[in-house]
Amino acid sequence: MSSAMFGAVESGIIYAIMALGVYLSFRILDFPDLTVDGSFVTGAAIAAILIVNGTNPFFATLLAIAAGFLAGCVTGLLHTKGKINPLLAGILMMIALYSINLRIMGRSNVPLLNEESVFTKIEVFFTSTGLDALFGSMAAAIGLQNLTSTWSVLISMLVVTALIKIITDLFLRTQIGLALRATGDNKRMIRSFSANTDQLTILGLGLSNALVALAGALIAQYSSFADVGMGIGMIIIGLASVIIGEAIFGTKTIAVTTFAVVGGAIVYRIVVSLALRVDFLETGDMKLITAVIVIAALVLPQLIDGQKERIRKKKKRLQQEMKINEMKKGGEEYASTKSNSQSI
Amino acid sequence: MLQLNQIHKVFNEGTLDEKIALEDINLTLKPGDFVTVIGSNGAGKSTLMNMISGVLTPDVGEVFIDDRKITNLPEYKRSRLIGRVFQDPMAGTAPSMTIQENLALAYNRNRRRTLMKGVTKKLRTTFQEALETLYLGLEDRLSAKVGLLSGGERQALSLLMATFTEPKMLLLDEHTAALDPARAALITKLTGEIVERTQLTTLMVTHNMQQALDLGNRLIMMDSGRIILEVDGEDKQNLTIEALLHEFQRIKGSKMTSDRALLG
Repeated sequence: MSSAMFGAVESGIIYAIMALGVYLSFRILDFPDLTVDGSFVTGAAIAAILIVNGTNPFFATLLAIAAGFLAGCVTGLLHTKGKINPLLAGILMMIALYSINLRIMGRSNVPLLNEESVFTKIEVFFTSTGLDALFGSMAAAIGLQNLTSTWSVLISMLVVTALIKIITDLFLRTQIGLALRATGDNKRMIRSFSANTDQLTILGLGLSNALVALAGALIAQYSSFADVGMGIGMIIIGLASVIIGEAIFGTKTIAVTTFAVVGGAIVYRIVVSLALRVDFLETGDMKLITAVIVIAALVLPQLIDGQKERIRKKKKRLQQEMKINEMKKGGEEYASTKSNSQSI
Repeated sequence: MLQLNQIHKVFNEGTLDEKIALEDINLTLKPGDFVTVIGSNGAGKSTLMNMISGVLTPDVGEVFIDDRKITNLPEYKRSRLIGRVFQDPMAGTAPSMTIQENLALAYNRNRRRTLMKGVTKKLRTTFQEALETLYLGLEDRLSAKVGLLSGGERQALSLLMATFTEPKMLLLDEHTAALDPARAALITKLTGEIVERTQLTTLMVTHNMQQALDLGNRLIMMDSGRIILEVDGEDKQNLTIEALLHEFQRIKGSKMTSDRALLG
């Protein structure tokens, strides 16, 4: 494991929060929400501009979450009250947010070098309490040395992402959570059980984009800048995480699926960092790599299933043939004994 | 209980496709009434159901439940008062959710949904007891996904869910039409039992004349958006399919001759 791979895991865990948001809209609500490309940057922009102006980074991150929630609600309103097709509502919100994000930042890029971020604060906490040294020596004990200057990012983000996953699981089992899932599953049915599907759709999209904006705010602080173009293709990365995770880890229950989504996000980052090591691939090829990964995750399981099915049918046919052959043989023996007895 | 006053509804008014769906419908259901509705395709039966459940609102006329005017109450609010079972067995349940989760959704029909756990231990026992009344063994499959159930099982579950919180009214929209004869008979039997036990005021649309005669204490026949025949009490008990068909011919026939007279 190299330090590049370590970085991939680190950022994968942060992106997992975004993937959970995409899972909420895409799978739970059955709403392919393209707002994500915009709301991710909104989260980053708000956190960055507030931090540059001296706001506490934790408070700045909270405000970023709130902004993401609002953006999602607007998409929900466009769809439910404005009766705009889900894809179109998302795209409209995405391009509207592009301008809004520029306004928030005032320019297209806000650097955060030498600024205080949630990560610098956590790192200070980890070193002062000796936690960092503790994790460092634990890693060294299993042969992982010189990977990183601090373990604080990985550990703290693992805790945060795990908490968000667990809260999501619990929420989806509450009375409101059940109604939300039913809204994505069978709108007509849940309306006949007196649930306001419009409100639930708006709420679901709000929560989804709140998570996306949180991921945006964290990524901005992690990579020390916010850029107006950092959200391009974010929805595909989210979908890639969901689809890869589901293909690898399965979808048996909600808890398994959310685990799969988190795992998928990390696997995706690792695959991308591996791909970028191939000599003729450049960082500009990232999006193409993403597209190929998603296509592979969608098509490969089908091919594998098809192959299994063919093998099963072949086996069945062979068995059938053997049965017929045996019966024929039995018949011939019977006939030969009969003719023998006649000849006698 | 339910009262429909002079309901009119026209689809695509002012175009070539204009269709009068309901014309001057007046209908009053007393508490405990079980009314079966028959009529050919396009007679307005489903529109009538949609008018009561709030999917559609009338052009003219008022809808009351328990003297409360609900003409413009949105569908999701009305469904606190009205339980529904649809024709399509897929329509009444959420397929990717488990049996107990579906029942929890039904259980919360007339409660405010909160952040409390949806399926609790106590509720599970309640659900099991309720499922036992279906005699399908579903009580042992609480955490099976509903998408795995057969059409008949799903329709039985829909029926249970629709009546679970004992709403004011039950609307059954050809809820046995998509099932094989054996399952249809089972659902018909269950319907009779549940309505008998809960004394729900029920309106049932059906294409099956025999079913319309077997179930309920009142029968109405619709044609071209109008109620053309109402039978109740003892007359309904003694009604046969032949008599019903004969009556239909007679009413249609007399209408035709009067049309002819008008044109002539």
